[in-house]
Amino acid sequence: MTTTIAASSAPDSAGLPPLRPRPADRFGLAARRSGLLLAALIPAAALAIFFCYPVISIVGRGLVGAAGIDLGAFGDVLSRSRFLRVIAFTVGQAVASAGLALLLGVPGAYLLYRRAFRGRTVLRALITVPFVLPTVVVGLAFRTLFAPQGWLGSWGWDGSVAAILAAHVFFNYAVVVRTVGGTWAHLDTRPAEAARSLGAGPLRTFATVTLPALGPALASAAVMVFLFCATSFGIILVMGGGVYNTIETEIYRQTAQVGDLRTAAVLSILQIALVTLVLVVAAVLRRRTEVGLRLRGAADVVRRLGRRDLPAVAVTALAGALLVLPMAVLVVRSLATPAGWGLDNYRNLATVGDNNVLLVSGVTALVNSIRSAVIAAALSVAVGVLLAIVLARRPRGRMARRAIGTLDGIMMLPLGVSAVTVGFGFLIALDRPPLDFRSSALLVPIAQAMVATPLVVRMVLPVLRAADERLRQAAAVLGAGPARVWASVDLPIMSRALAGATAFALATGLGEFGATTFVARPETVTLPVVIGRLISRPGPVNSGMALAAGVILAAGCALVVLLVELAARGRGGSGIGGF
Amino acid sequence: MAAVALAAATAMVLAACGGGGSAGSGPSGTSPSSTGPSSTAGSSPSGADQSGSPTAGSSAPGPSSPAGSSGASATTGGTVTLITHDSFAVDKKTLADFEASSGITVKILAQGDAGAMVSKLILTKDNPLGDAVFGIDNTFASKALDAGVLAPYTSPLAGGGSDKYSIDPEHRLTAIDYGDVCVNVDHRYFADHHLAEPKTYEDLAKPEYQNLMVTEDPATSSPGLAFLLGTIAHFGDNGWQQYWTSLQGNGIKVDSGWTDAYTVDFSGSSGKGDRPLVVSYASSPPDEVQKGMTSAPTGALLGTCFRQIEYAGVLAGAKNPAAAGKVVDFLLSKAFQEQVPGQMYVYPVDASVSLPADWAKYAPAAKDPATLDPETIGKNRAQWIADWSDLMQG
Repeated sequence: MTTTIAASSAPDSAGLPPLRPRPADRFGLAARRSGLLLAALIPAAALAIFFCYPVISIVGRGLVGAAGIDLGAFGDVLSRSRFLRVIAFTVGQAVASAGLALLLGVPGAYLLYRRAFRGRTVLRALITVPFVLPTVVVGLAFRTLFAPQGWLGSWGWDGSVAAILAAHVFFNYAVVVRTVGGTWAHLDTRPAEAARSLGAGPLRTFATVTLPALGPALASAAVMVFLFCATSFGIILVMGGGVYNTIETEIYRQTAQVGDLRTAAVLSILQIALVTLVLVVAAVLRRRTEVGLRLRGAADVVRRLGRRDLPAVAVTALAGALLVLPMAVLVVRSLATPAGWGLDNYRNLATVGDNNVLLVSGVTALVNSIRSAVIAAALSVAVGVLLAIVLARRPRGRMARRAIGTLDGIMMLPLGVSAVTVGFGFLIALDRPPLDFRSSALLVPIAQAMVATPLVVRMVLPVLRAADERLRQAAAVLGAGPARVWASVDLPIMSRALAGATAFALATGLGEFGATTFVARPETVTLPVVIGRLISRPGPVNSGMALAAGVILAAGCALVVLLVELAARGRGGSGIGGF
Repeated sequence: MAAVALAAATAMVLAACGGGGSAGSGPSGTSPSSTGPSSTAGSSPSGADQSGSPTAGSSAPGPSSPAGSSGASATTGGTVTLITHDSFAVDKKTLADFEASSGITVKILAQGDAGAMVSKLILTKDNPLGDAVFGIDNTFASKALDAGVLAPYTSPLAGGGSDKYSIDPEHRLTAIDYGDVCVNVDHRYFADHHLAEPKTYEDLAKPEYQNLMVTEDPATSSPGLAFLLGTIAHFGDNGWQQYWTSLQGNGIKVDSGWTDAYTVDFSGSSGKGDRPLVVSYASSPPDEVQKGMTSAPTGALLGTCFRQIEYAGVLAGAKNPAAAGKVVDFLLSKAFQEQVPGQMYVYPVDASVSLPADWAKYAPAAKDPATLDPETIGKNRAQWIADWSDLMQG
């Protein structure tokens, strides 16, 4: 960063108003400007090429004809009650899923990030596991659970909206816990203590002091869960039984099965409009709630688990049951073999299977998965941190603030726009030099990084934004250059959130996500691909192996996340910035 | 200062997102609707000959393409990208042997299920994803043919049984294999309950089989669609809706996909579901036979079958059409046809290839399966599915 010199002649610093740059700082200032510019341009370019351009191409193909833009298509779609129902269901279930995930997740964030107990790190890793599981496997596990003969068959949830919501919470619980927990871990306890000493009860303190302080993180988490659920595909397909459809499944139906690009384009635009609306509302909410939090080193604010934590423990136990039951179903079914209980399914995975069903051995597939996950995580963490640094700036100018807000919102779009639209868009947009990517092996990690980057930003940004600007100023006053300020102030503050973000990015890469299902896939056989192949074949051997592969994927994810957590704990304990 | 950077970055994204329409229409916009959809592509795979391949035979619609029945391996060669659906599988050694003897490297590119694959082929018609395709079935054939994504190619091996399933006078699709979608039955359930097994479509609607059957949504599942087509073929345009109403009255369950129906709800699979009748394939039973069994625990009701035929073809605009034709020949070769049952659970079109022993015993193909003309399917598929959805899902 310090080696680039830009001949920028921007008037004056909007970043650090109280500090007049001394002449010696000129060099640093220029370097910093160009650094920020680069930090903003790289993600913007990536987004433009790998997201905007493909989406516009495919929507344009559906709507732009010889007679110009076909606006009549909107009327045609909106006049059909089926599509209106689909839109209503999409919004309704996404709101409900986000609400439920928050209700269950906030107590979990409290326990896992504000209270100390044995096994906390392991638990944090475990809750991330659902995030990587292929939806087809999770759908199967939930259906097995709720089917008439299943463990919870008597509840009558099979094929119901309740089952869909349960599956959505299963997937997104960790999103809430980690996003909220990342901020909570650093929240200064003194305001709350002051409120308590002034006579406020624990609930009142939570509602008036803690909750507002968590506002930005809560809004972030809610928006992410909403976006994930609004674009829910596999779960709706498997558990909705064709009766319940989201805009996403409808776009898939129209694009892939019916081939009606016109209708698909209208639905895509409606989906983008919906997502944009949500992002705007979220940005307003965030701006209202985001007032200079005071963050401290995590070690200062963690207390031992006590009796007062009982309600949180109870809610978290409930959430835990929701997370554990489907995974238990998976494990149990993976151990069932025609000859009784045993590890045969796992042993079979070491080979390429009868008749080469797997194409490669399960071990090779796992290695492929890990490789693609590491590439995707590296890409998204690098790009996401760059973005977060830019978005964390609080320039004085109105225009600049607007620009930041807009960039922030646009960067979230990939989470909320149909993977089918993006995937099919890739096919026609990125098919010629210099953008001939559509059958490149890199396309899969790039597609995964598109999904993971907003996650990284959302987890790191609240912490960076809330970091006390005075710390940076103090460091600068003491003579630290911009890079040094960043390394000694920003990096330690965001280390925990960054660990969480890295874990999620890795998980995103390990699992099978959105657009990767729809991009041209070269012969990289990953574990989710193996699972997909096995599960679509008859016979107990195949389905047993598929579930065993699912368990291995889950275990592999837990291990990766655990390692990241442990690494972060090792580094994060030293307090902030060495101050 | 930061303001400049931000304004620039935001402007850039906005420009790409907002103004990209013109960029998007550059490479793609000229093609899709301006040229006629069907007529042009069949006649001339014009882009094809640019690859410098000396054997131009593949473009000739004549009966026997000379693309290299004799020792052309030295002149063809190169790489052929074979587009397939996700269920494609080939024995490694069989493929390696072909690559060694032909000098052709085969790159396999899976593109989702058959429906998604055909949609992608149509979308990328002007700059095809590959050279050859495998896995277009008779339910999607007319869609692919009408869109003109295929070039004529007549395999010298088509006489071995493939031409029996020929559907296109221009020979743009070559039949490779077929499978029968039939209701599968869990024998033990019916034995335990002293209930006679159903045999026909009509039986399935009888009250003694209430709440016993599970099928798949034809909008999202290929066997689900095949079963619906079977009922349409059997009951006719005016009768099938009434039949489905009676199935619904009889408590039929509809899942979105085969995996779901077979491994969760069907009682004869490892999922031990609660329904002994499931829409699956005639080839499913052998896989439920475990060591030591003398009979299959499940079976296919051969009176309820619809025949799916899978085709291969050379893509219009293929970079390497001559070698692509060779790959189609390979798919019809004895070596490939022999491993088709084990790899993909379907029957080879080459009647002279013998089936695996357990198939002969447990998975006979239907003698008189329901069929529908691909053109009729192509014309009505969307409407039938919509009607079915209205009927069954409200």
